[in-house]
Amino acid sequence: MSHLVSIDNVDMRYGGASGTLAVSGLTMRVDKGEFAAVVGPSGCGKSTLMKLVTGLHIPQTGVVIVGGQQVTKPVSIVGMAFQNPTMLPWRTTLENILLPLEIVERHRHRLRAHKREYVEKAEQLLEIVGLRGFGSKFPWQLSGGMQQRANLCRALIHEPELLMLDEPFGALDAFTREELWCVIRDLHAAQGVTIILVTHDLREAVFLADTIFVMSARPGRILKEHRVPFERPRDLDVMYQSAFNDMVHALHGEIAKARVVA
Amino acid sequence: MSAMTDTATQAKAAAKPLMARINWVKAAPWLYTLALFALWELLVMALDMPPTILPAPSNVFAAIAKYWSPIWKNSLQTLYTTTMGFAIAVVAGLAIGLFIGWSKTIYAGLYPLMIGFNAIPKVALVPILVIWFGIGTVPAVLTAFLISFFPIVVNVATGLATIEPETEDVLRALGAKKMDIMLKVGIPRSMPYFFGSLKVAITLAFVGSVVSETVASNYGLGNMMSSAQSQFNVPLVFAGLLMLAVEGIAMYALMAWIERRMTGWAHRSTMAQ
Repeated sequence: MSHLVSIDNVDMRYGGASGTLAVSGLTMRVDKGEFAAVVGPSGCGKSTLMKLVTGLHIPQTGVVIVGGQQVTKPVSIVGMAFQNPTMLPWRTTLENILLPLEIVERHRHRLRAHKREYVEKAEQLLEIVGLRGFGSKFPWQLSGGMQQRANLCRALIHEPELLMLDEPFGALDAFTREELWCVIRDLHAAQGVTIILVTHDLREAVFLADTIFVMSARPGRILKEHRVPFERPRDLDVMYQSAFNDMVHALHGEIAKARVVA
Repeated sequence: MSAMTDTATQAKAAAKPLMARINWVKAAPWLYTLALFALWELLVMALDMPPTILPAPSNVFAAIAKYWSPIWKNSLQTLYTTTMGFAIAVVAGLAIGLFIGWSKTIYAGLYPLMIGFNAIPKVALVPILVIWFGIGTVPAVLTAFLISFFPIVVNVATGLATIEPETEDVLRALGAKKMDIMLKVGIPRSMPYFFGSLKVAITLAFVGSVVSETVASNYGLGNMMSSAQSQFNVPLVFAGLLMLAVEGIAMYALMAWIERRMTGWAHRSTMAQ
């Protein structure tokens, strides 16, 4: 198996030589098609990790390789979704979803001529996340959960090889969150995309991921890597098994310890 | 007084279907304007004011009818200089606003200069404009421009400077250049600020053109009012003020209408109905 993302001994410091060291000696690998979750105490550099992998920040030392190439500028094979859906209010949901295609180099020149084909693809994605027929609505006419679904569509429209999710469900209520876990699970199964999910929610991490990375307090590094043993496809019921709860419990203990050390 | 009439009308509205059918919110601007004129008329009558100090509205309207031809001509002239100056201000303000909002360095460098410039009373610039361009239309247009472009610049620059960092990250990670982010997010985002600022700018533009016409012109409402004043024709002065108010309200309403048309998405609550 080849690694899609490989991070080797990376240091990232903000604001010059005397600035804050956000991550230090960070090393992790994510295989193609894998679903990885990153958990850790707050302020451990999870967002920095996002920015390193997408090429928004270039590390001072160490190497980040994504898709076989060292990252020295933003990598367009990545889709991103944040906790804040950041839909543009002057565009309809469908136009919002098509936005990345107007940016990414290999699509932007084809967009006008092949508009029909792209719109169809966007509508397929909308259907997968359960938003069929909502494309013509404006984002502010949708509920928070629906906006986050549309946000996922936007992150996936340009067929990225890697999907980076930064606490995408943090602001949603428990039931909507569980619904969207299933949406993500099915997307991952159907599209074969590699996903890195940054989250505070340990149950979310264990339910969704193949591998869970536990980060230390600042400066962040990987303390431990867990394989999640549960068979796919996973049902929501898996969360009521004792093995599931034991794993969540163990992760909780590790993060609590990491907090105390800091 | 208005509160009393309100309760009175409410009581009547329940009794009479005709009163209930009138949309009081829509009628209010007209009723209040009429009330103002009535109050003014009564005040002049009660205090027995001579028309050379405070003419009654009936007197002012008579003056409008009597001097209709010069009032009409000068009103058009003022409207012309104002809209010309305003149009230049819109183009220049948008351009400078986009330029300033483009980068933090330009913003930091130009902002204090702009504030300093805006603090200068524009009436003090009119003599300089007269030296450069002579008296008449040109200084009036330029004064209207100079006084009205600042709010446009500030609003456009603010719209650009407040793009959400997450939106920027999402687009930059896709390989977006600064230009892409400006075109796709920055400019559409600053449009509600821009159209909102037009309402402020158009009323300021009237201030600029009238000031310049008063000091240095042979045309326009400003000039007409200052010559009427020197002949103690006070009703004509008030007629000029009234025309200015009417033009100001009309242009403001036009800007408000354009704002609603262009940036409906920013007025969600009314559109969601």
